[in-house]
Amino acid sequence: MIEINNLTKRYGDLLAVDAVSFKVAPGEVLGFLGPNGAGKSTTMKMIAGFLSPSAGSIRVNGFDVEQQPLEAKRCIGYLPEGAPAYGEMTPASFLSFIADIRGIDPASKDRRIREVVERLGLERVFEQRIETLSKGFKRRVGLAQAILHDPKVLILDEPTDGLDPNQKHEVRALIQGMAKDKIIIVSTHILEEVHAVCTRAVIIASGRILADATPDELEARSRYHGAVTVRTADLEALKSALAGVPGVAEVVIDAEERVATAFPAKGQAIFGAVSRLIQERQLPVNEVSLERGRLDEVFRTITQQSGGRS
Amino acid sequence: MNPVSVIFRRELASYFATPVAYVFIVIFLVLASAFAFQLGGLFERGQADLKPFFDFHPWLYLFLVPAVAMRMWAEERNTGSIELLLTLPVTQNQAVLGKFLAGWAFLGIALFLTFPIWITVNYLGDPDNGVIFASYIGSLLMAGGFLAIGSAVSAATRSQVIAFIITVVICFGLLLAGHPLVLSVAKLVFPQWLVDGVAALSFITHFSSIAKGVIDLRDLVFFGLLIGVFLYATSVVIDLKKAD
Repeated sequence: MIEINNLTKRYGDLLAVDAVSFKVAPGEVLGFLGPNGAGKSTTMKMIAGFLSPSAGSIRVNGFDVEQQPLEAKRCIGYLPEGAPAYGEMTPASFLSFIADIRGIDPASKDRRIREVVERLGLERVFEQRIETLSKGFKRRVGLAQAILHDPKVLILDEPTDGLDPNQKHEVRALIQGMAKDKIIIVSTHILEEVHAVCTRAVIIASGRILADATPDELEARSRYHGAVTVRTADLEALKSALAGVPGVAEVVIDAEERVATAFPAKGQAIFGAVSRLIQERQLPVNEVSLERGRLDEVFRTITQQSGGRS
Repeated sequence: MNPVSVIFRRELASYFATPVAYVFIVIFLVLASAFAFQLGGLFERGQADLKPFFDFHPWLYLFLVPAVAMRMWAEERNTGSIELLLTLPVTQNQAVLGKFLAGWAFLGIALFLTFPIWITVNYLGDPDNGVIFASYIGSLLMAGGFLAIGSAVSAATRSQVIAFIITVVICFGLLLAGHPLVLSVAKLVFPQWLVDGVAALSFITHFSSIAKGVIDLRDLVFFGLLIGVFLYATSVVIDLKKAD
């Protein structure tokens, strides 16, 4: 369990994190979203025990990060932004160092290192200097370091940043594979990732929490939620036809994509009506789809509103 | 295992992970011998001691120790690995101490490798080995003092070059403070108590008194305090600079 209470961080006059409070329970994968400079990394650094809060408290598994830092740090695995490591070491010596300093029992140390190396596919580079490795491998070394002691709490600061699509997929699969009994906090600004791995998303901007919901709930806030998009050759005819469907509030045409999108009035379901209309009138359409909602749009709406306010 | 010793071993190994360490040791040995024989006239004096050898140590350390100290924290901050190190279950003081001891051990290894010069004087004559032993202790303590200063400066910047230069300047000041040339000029201008105060801060004053073969508690306390104060300063500076 992570309990964060009124967490505040001030750098001089700048308020980086402003009275943030939330709780995370085991089994949850919390996605931390926000524009650059929103306070995501600062918050994660405070949970990991690197920075001290200006005010407020953090408890990790019952240990106060300020009062009992060592006990708290023992239950946390942390991947800092950019996955820093000691470049002159090899993954072999680096992981051995981490195992020693985390006090992993020497009897199980080699087995444990072998497990994470297998899990992250590091066998091939095990004896190469870390500074010579590709970005993807460096990131995997950082992840290996974070999960080596099988921590109850995993804090990953942009774990997929700069990886290629295959590597991103692997990291996400890894996170999902570990999610069952752990608390995982992942920061990202890739929104598709939120759907792929997170059970809960917190949107933060200017140091404040603006939304805390499941990815589905966030999507439901989108004006695209429940909208119907139709692809056709004859947009004008379609637009006027759609506008006549009961429950449709607005029809927007994207001429470039050759699609028309019908937005429902609040709380109305229009997909059935729209598809019946197309069948009845035998309209020449190529594709009809129901929108689930667009996270990027929700993200922009939420974070920019706050920017306007402050 | 104790976290200090884990960090100590990692740091010491990292010194030897690059050729720089070997180059450093070679330069140290060459300069130490060259100074002793060429400038100090170790042979020509016709005395079986290592005074000319140890006399140049403060000036050797002036450039070589900051070179060892500069990467200590500046590199950690530059690569971001400081964030990794300080979120491991170690206290900040353990990290500071482990790193310092590793650097000190490295300097100790370099110093130890000057033993052929000790063998030489023992072969040629009959030196007072007690004095030589005391001088080695004094030299090691002085290196530790320089290193602790370098550690604090290194924690204040991301740039190893800046860390190097600032450390050299500070150490140069502390060396000069006890130089007879400076002291005799200072005596003309400043009151005696101030001159004595400044001289008491000097590395050279304390080093040369140990190098005479007298291990005085005051000199040990001086270097011990110096190291302690600057390691504490290192920890304070790390805290102050964490957010940058």
